[in-house]
Amino acid sequence: MMMEAPAREPVNFAGLLKDAAFAAAIAFGLFSLMLGLKTDQTLNNQMVLVPRPGLLAAVVGLVFVGRFLIGYWQAVNAGKITKRKAPATPLALKIEKYGTAAFVGFLFVYPMMVLGTAGPSGAIKWIDNLGIQILIYIMLGWGLNIVVGLAGLLDLGYVAFYAVGAYSYALLATSEPVREFMAGVVGPTFWPLWAFWICLPVAGILAAFWGVLLGFPVLRLRGDYLAIVTLAFGEIIRLVLINWVEFSGGYAGISSIPRPSFFGVPFNATESGFAATFGLEFTPIYRTIFLFYVILILALITAVVSTRLRRLPVGRAWEALREDEIACRSLGINTVNTKLTAFAIGAMFGGFAGAFFAARQGFISPESFVFLESAQILAIVVLGGMGSLLGVVIASILLVGGVELLRELDFLKAYFGDNFDPAQYRMLIFGACMVLMMLWKPRGLISVREPSVFLKEKKAVSSDLVKEGHG
Amino acid sequence: MEVFVQQLINGVTLGAVYGLIAIGYTMVFGIIGMVNFAHGDVFMISAFVALICFMAVTALAGMTGGAVFLALLVALIVSMIVTSLFSWTIERVAYRKLRGSFRLAPLISAIGMSILLMNFVQVAQGARNKPIPPIMRDTISLFEKDGFVVAISYKQILIILVTAILLGIFWYVVQKTPLGRAQRACEQDQKMAALLGINVDRTIAVTFIMGAALAAVAGTMFLTYYGVVVFSDGFVPGVKAFTAAVLGGIGSLPGAVLGGMLIGLIETFWSAYFSIDYKDVAAFSILAIVLIFMPQGLLGKPEVEKV
Amino acid sequence: MDDPPVPACSPRAPAPAERRILMRALSDPILKVQNLTMRFGGLVAVNDLTFTAGRGDITALIGPNGAGKTTVFNCITGFYKPTTGRMALRHGTIDIDAYVERLTDTPNDHLKSADGSLYLLERMPDFQVSARAKVARTFQNIRLFSGMTVLENLMVAQHNPLMVASNWTIGGLLGFAGFRKREKAAIESAKYWLEKTKLIDRADDPAGELPYGDQRRLEIARAMCTEPVLLCLDEPAAGLNPRESLELNALLRSIRDDHGTSLLLIEHDMSVVMEISDHVVVLDYGTKISDGTPDQVKSDPRVIAAYLGAEDEAEVEKIEAEVGL
Repeated sequence: MMMEAPAREPVNFAGLLKDAAFAAAIAFGLFSLMLGLKTDQTLNNQMVLVPRPGLLAAVVGLVFVGRFLIGYWQAVNAGKITKRKAPATPLALKIEKYGTAAFVGFLFVYPMMVLGTAGPSGAIKWIDNLGIQILIYIMLGWGLNIVVGLAGLLDLGYVAFYAVGAYSYALLATSEPVREFMAGVVGPTFWPLWAFWICLPVAGILAAFWGVLLGFPVLRLRGDYLAIVTLAFGEIIRLVLINWVEFSGGYAGISSIPRPSFFGVPFNATESGFAATFGLEFTPIYRTIFLFYVILILALITAVVSTRLRRLPVGRAWEALREDEIACRSLGINTVNTKLTAFAIGAMFGGFAGAFFAARQGFISPESFVFLESAQILAIVVLGGMGSLLGVVIASILLVGGVELLRELDFLKAYFGDNFDPAQYRMLIFGACMVLMMLWKPRGLISVREPSVFLKEKKAVSSDLVKEGHG
Repeated sequence: MEVFVQQLINGVTLGAVYGLIAIGYTMVFGIIGMVNFAHGDVFMISAFVALICFMAVTALAGMTGGAVFLALLVALIVSMIVTSLFSWTIERVAYRKLRGSFRLAPLISAIGMSILLMNFVQVAQGARNKPIPPIMRDTISLFEKDGFVVAISYKQILIILVTAILLGIFWYVVQKTPLGRAQRACEQDQKMAALLGINVDRTIAVTFIMGAALAAVAGTMFLTYYGVVVFSDGFVPGVKAFTAAVLGGIGSLPGAVLGGMLIGLIETFWSAYFSIDYKDVAAFSILAIVLIFMPQGLLGKPEVEKV
Repeated sequence: MDDPPVPACSPRAPAPAERRILMRALSDPILKVQNLTMRFGGLVAVNDLTFTAGRGDITALIGPNGAGKTTVFNCITGFYKPTTGRMALRHGTIDIDAYVERLTDTPNDHLKSADGSLYLLERMPDFQVSARAKVARTFQNIRLFSGMTVLENLMVAQHNPLMVASNWTIGGLLGFAGFRKREKAAIESAKYWLEKTKLIDRADDPAGELPYGDQRRLEIARAMCTEPVLLCLDEPAAGLNPRESLELNALLRSIRDDHGTSLLLIEHDMSVVMEISDHVVVLDYGTKISDGTPDQVKSDPRVIAAYLGAEDEAEVEKIEAEVGL
């Protein structure tokens, strides 16, 4: 619909300046102590305050300019008709469908591309730090999406299941009795080579078991309370891992966890190793590429299963549960079982991811399973748009990949001095992103819902309509 | 018996700190129904502000008895002001626009804010522990038995006293002033309150400011008591204070103080008689148990499921 | 595809050719509520309520605001556990009075005989009241899954049979043919109810985008998809315009006549109540004050007093005295 642009009011610069000055004054109040004075320890352990007037002035100035520009932008756009939210169209669904397919195709060739451009030694970083790291979070995001996105159960302790998976694999694979038993049954070389492939399903099942165990007591809780209790459970598991040293190694964690083999062929420089078997020159890149494909397949399994589940009665019951639990019960749906399956299946995928994580790192400790990880996974699901698989992918790339890329900004040292480490701003930026995303798009990047069944035409449902009554 | 009395004193001191933080959680939950996840970090910031103030004043005035007292007083007041400003800004920037948005949005925003604040302090002030020189180390021996001295330190007296006085003032404000009435009206029904001419935005902002001011008192006391603060100090005390708020009955002010006392006592007794390693496990377990089995808390109103 | 779809509930349909004058509450009861009392703290919401709903009847539960009607519904559908009382529902022709005591003495919630089954609703959790005892309900403030399409809403209602057909998800996940067939049947049954409620053109639209009247009908269609023997409607006509109200009457009659589903409804709109109900039970302050055919109830002085709003007990007594009670 076209309309004449209404006569735009002249921008009130005096007002803008006043706003900006007010914001700057607030910033000065906030930061004069926290930024303007730095607490430092001298060599003989004396605490001293180091004034940093320059930094303070810069930040306050930045706030002034920033507020002014935002105000100006708002004033300029205020006259324009705010576009009515475009009704969700099938186009959005097409984007989701083909976008996901294109992305998966890209992932399959990604290691080769990187290998071709960066060479075997340069590629490790790109495949491992970026590729595998992002894929782990995509998988975790898709797993948590079942619990939070579909069933609407706000779980802030998802990392607990990730930990259960990781520790299950680590403990089983490094356990002496298991190794001896396996050596007695199928020969000494079997267990170190096959441990990952046998423990992977075990880790998933154990995590699912814990999902039910922790899910059971919280069935009655909803919303924020559920979130807090799951947070508490996550922290309890982590604290127990720290304190129960005999079981889990405490802070020191578990090291020398066997790496996955290429279905029985180890990745090492020996005669029977992968490189020698396939007549290649030995480099560590093969293992990295193999791991990349393992997590890619695991993540795709997660995606396929959750897509199919959505179209099954259990998936529809999850979504119905997210919308209105009481209506669900009035239709004869056993909400207890429905919630528990969501917890269990979500946890299972977390467990798979955890086992993979342990195998990839070769070392795990409770440090890797802090609350921040749960928050990060939850942020990925929510920023992506609850229930949207492609959204999770985009959010993972933005949040994990973008933040990883900060490590690459070493050139900034040229401007800010050698002490400047961009990586330390990672979590700062991450937190700010979470807040800004919520302010900008509280429903997430992809805010349409695809109907699970249709009669004539599949129409996308705008997630503004999606209630989350209980849960 | 002696150990018991000593732990009782320690527990009440700790409980006062938790109670003060818990009020912030309980008031905000009461008025807008959200868990202000960043409140623990607001508390941590208040301790840092107090630390910087304290150092600034003692750097100028020296470490004599009078100067230390002055420094603490200045630290308390400045910390209350600056922390309130932080809380006001957080509400204004990160929460106000999300009020009435979909349910998860404010919680996620609050979690993001918590991460942001924690890492802001880490970047701005460094990741190390920040100690202050030991102050007010003198104690008063209450009684002695078999060589075990039961003592209460000046710090503890100060903490309990200041908490009690401030709670009194706070109680008066909430119960007897138009501001408190407006708050209670907003708790019941924001739309109706707005129709009756109450400035809802301002009332909510004031709630955040009051919660933060009390958290700042807690932060200053925390710094005085432990003599050290670090950027990650917001999370665990925050969760414990939230536990206190829930235990007391969320939305109930006396409940928050009672819950804080209980959590403080449980923590000190747990550490003294069981295992200090598992004291945080105990706190988290209480949180889970209370939420699961008595979500209305000790003094809260039970929630009836509406069909 | 062009064959008329088989209605979900046809097997039990007796399809009466003409309406009876006398209600069937006495001759062929489906639900017997006995001495139902529900207290919330000190408040007695329902006080010693006894009534019977007949099979194939539309039984209306009426009364002034706050009379406890919705509480009765919530007790029948299992959302509230009554303080005391018994609610017996039968499938088939099993003799309620003959078996109910025997069932009450056992710890079970139901009893099967050659003539049918008997359920004690107060012993069943809410979802089982719908799943096993086949009592469906709608809500006073509509509770649709508004972010799901109209069709999806009806599919959720067929959760239990579909769950069995999908071998509790495993068969469905593996794509077994049995599940696909059952799902097709479920869609057909949904289509039947969409035709019947004139919502078929909106099948793929989100339920939350429907106008109010359509939402009310969709909720009824959704409840019917659970194939209930007893359908409880909480103010189905609230907020409808006169035309929609008439359509609703027709729909409810058709549910009763063509599907043999008994109806229990709460309604404020007296024109609806008097027009379609076979049997009316009047509640006031949680107590039954009248019970009978619409005509009997209409002329009952206690009902008139309750509706006209007698100020106090004395006035009620005065009115009662005037009409010779």
